Amino acid sequence: MDAIILQILNGLDKGSAYALIALGLTLIFGTLGVVNFAHGALFMIGAFCTVILNKLLSLEMVTKSATETTPWGTPVEVHTPYVVMWFGKVGETMIDYSVFWSILFAIPVMLIIGIAMERGLIKFFYKRPHADQILVTFGLAIVLQEIIKQIFGANPIPQPAPDAFVGSIDIGALIGLGANTVVYPIWRLVYFLFAAVIIAGVFAFLRFTTFGMVVRAGMADRETVGLLGINIDRRFTAMFGLAAVVTGLAGVMYTPILSPNYHMGMDFLVLCFVVVVVGGMGSLAGAVAAGFLLGVLQSFASMPEVKEFLFGFSIDQVIIYLVAVVILLTRPRGLMGRKGIMET
Amino acid sequence: MSDNKFKRRSFLKGSAALGAGVVAPTIFTRSANAYTNEPGDSRVVLGFNVPQSGPYADEGADELRAYKLAVKHLNGEGDGGMLNTFSSKTLNGAGILGRKVDYVTGDTQTKSDAARASARAMIEKDGAIMITGGSSSGVAIAVQSLCQEAGVIFMAGLTHSNDTTGKDKKANGFRHFFNAYMSAAALAPVLGKEYGTDRKAYHLTADYTWGWTQEQSMIAFTEELGWETVGTVRTPLSATDFSSYIAPVINSGADVLILNHYGANMVNSLTNAVQFGLRDKVVNGKQFEIVVPLYSRLMARGAGDAVKGIFGSTNWHWTLQDAGSQAFVKSFGKEYGHPPSQAAHTCYVQTLLYADAAQRAGSFNPCAIAEALEGFKFDGLGNGPTLYRAADHQCFKDVLVVRGKEKPESEFDLLEVFNVTPVDKVMYEPDNPMFAGGSLGKCNPGA
Repeated sequence: MDAIILQILNGLDKGSAYALIALGLTLIFGTLGVVNFAHGALFMIGAFCTVILNKLLSLEMVTKSATETTPWGTPVEVHTPYVVMWFGKVGETMIDYSVFWSILFAIPVMLIIGIAMERGLIKFFYKRPHADQILVTFGLAIVLQEIIKQIFGANPIPQPAPDAFVGSIDIGALIGLGANTVVYPIWRLVYFLFAAVIIAGVFAFLRFTTFGMVVRAGMADRETVGLLGINIDRRFTAMFGLAAVVTGLAGVMYTPILSPNYHMGMDFLVLCFVVVVVGGMGSLAGAVAAGFLLGVLQSFASMPEVKEFLFGFSIDQVIIYLVAVVILLTRPRGLMGRKGIMET
Repeated sequence: MSDNKFKRRSFLKGSAALGAGVVAPTIFTRSANAYTNEPGDSRVVLGFNVPQSGPYADEGADELRAYKLAVKHLNGEGDGGMLNTFSSKTLNGAGILGRKVDYVTGDTQTKSDAARASARAMIEKDGAIMITGGSSSGVAIAVQSLCQEAGVIFMAGLTHSNDTTGKDKKANGFRHFFNAYMSAAALAPVLGKEYGTDRKAYHLTADYTWGWTQEQSMIAFTEELGWETVGTVRTPLSATDFSSYIAPVINSGADVLILNHYGANMVNSLTNAVQFGLRDKVVNGKQFEIVVPLYSRLMARGAGDAVKGIFGSTNWHWTLQDAGSQAFVKSFGKEYGHPPSQAAHTCYVQTLLYADAAQRAGSFNPCAIAEALEGFKFDGLGNGPTLYRAADHQCFKDVLVVRGKEKPESEFDLLEVFNVTPVDKVMYEPDNPMFAGGSLGKCNPGA
């Protein structure tokens, strides 16, 4: 039982990241009809917003020791962060909580990057075939990750969670399963809650604001909304920016779970496309539901008991694709896709 | 009749002339190119095949720094580094056999096909006489095989799989780096002493040649110690989140987790294991422990605080106090402002060993160099007395058991040398079952 609860938690946690990225992807596809292969790069750039802010907050004054030398004969450098020099303990706390500050930092950065990406490149490919869109956005993703690699190197850069969120929580003891039976990292629970808040926020924005209503109307019938004198293109550009922010924030909060590296976006990209297809192209609710569903399925598939049941054959890396194949064969529009989409 | 005689004589004369014409250049060619890429009188080209892109690019960059430093020292520039401490005194800063050392570089991308393509380009287009470098066993085995076919020497970089000098060994390939068997042989006694002999181990293993041999070696040595193996799970090399593999460990009854992972896999699996509170758990009445058989300081940095107190092994560490290590750290630190990694060390040493072998052999012929390296005993290169065994082209030297440092004093000060395991404790017979199945074959000079 405890193993099952742990895998459900793992799945929900993994699914949170899938759902957030897939939500952004499907927002772009649903509004602009663009297949954006640079979306994984936005997740990676979000993560590097944390790295950048952490580095900025940790900017140090370097002094040379008068007494100590390195093994190669140069004076040892003494590093003291400026914020600690200026603000003492408050400065230390600022660095400690840099992941949270990064949320504030990442929102305008991702918005600008998203809008710049759409206005500067992607808008020229709206009327081109999907293959062209895939090629250009995939190329853009590679360019972006190579830029990050040139600046930050190829190795992962650890971003610890704030001290108060380090460690794990004994959920087993809380729900009466016994002490130390279900122990789960605190930050992963924070990530799940954060994802839930962001997803709820996006849905509320689209459902309860006039802007959101127009966007939804535009998604349903772009031409008619345009004929009503509404500049739907401008709103769709804003949605691209919003999608970039959602995906970037997913990356920001993921940094204590997975040390950021230049390639992390690509690791998620293909999986998230599968999530979108399973959920239904253009369906926001479908993307979220499929994200969590596939995250949980993937976690269960990696259990040793499942492997034993399948005579030693490991399916955790293929389960998502197997589900995608079954869905595409039996219900091409996806779990919650609109009737007619991908069914012709 | 006379016409016929004339014709026959003319034919014989013509044939002789034609034969001489054909044979003469052949003899000349064979004499000029007795082996692949025989260098001219002024320069010799070495090929440094390192990951310049891909996940191990930082390690590749450090390898390249070491190679450039070695070239400088071989050409008589800089402070000479380990040339001053090397027990063999044939290298004097005048290049190799009087030729200035030049180099070309290739990018392995840590992909076997890309590594072979870049090695081939360096051999065929740039005239590289020796190929060296790399940060992966899969790549090392692929490039070693190519060098064997091409008739050039391959001085392996960072490759830790038993197979490189086991079932996939080649006469033209030489490995200075230690291997999975040696790591396990060195670690097991320390683990027994520190954690006891009644332990239950669970293995998470990267699913490729190095992971398999590392797992096999660790199981063999820990079970010999009295430990029980309660689970072995292969994880895909592409995995980034190991949470779903860590969760079953908690309920497996294991009290030790052995992470047969390297690079980004190691960083992520170790971080995940620590996040799940494994190190705070008490199982079977014992403190839960994690072991990382192969450490890389460059990559340990990515795991941050998670490495503290974790045992592993390494081929070399910059804090060693022997004269060779200190000379190398001084040279490297002066040049680049930070200490070298184990990958940098092994690549620097491999270049010097190749150059020295050529000097002693008096030739660049790969077979002469191979002969000079086989059974070569040396000292002063940072690992104490070392033997390049003739039977499998594997170096044998002391092995360092290291532990993640609790209170690092700098960003480079992540590991502390816990124990130096003497070479005789990690030695094995060439026909050991873990290395069986291949043969060196014959040296190929190419051409």
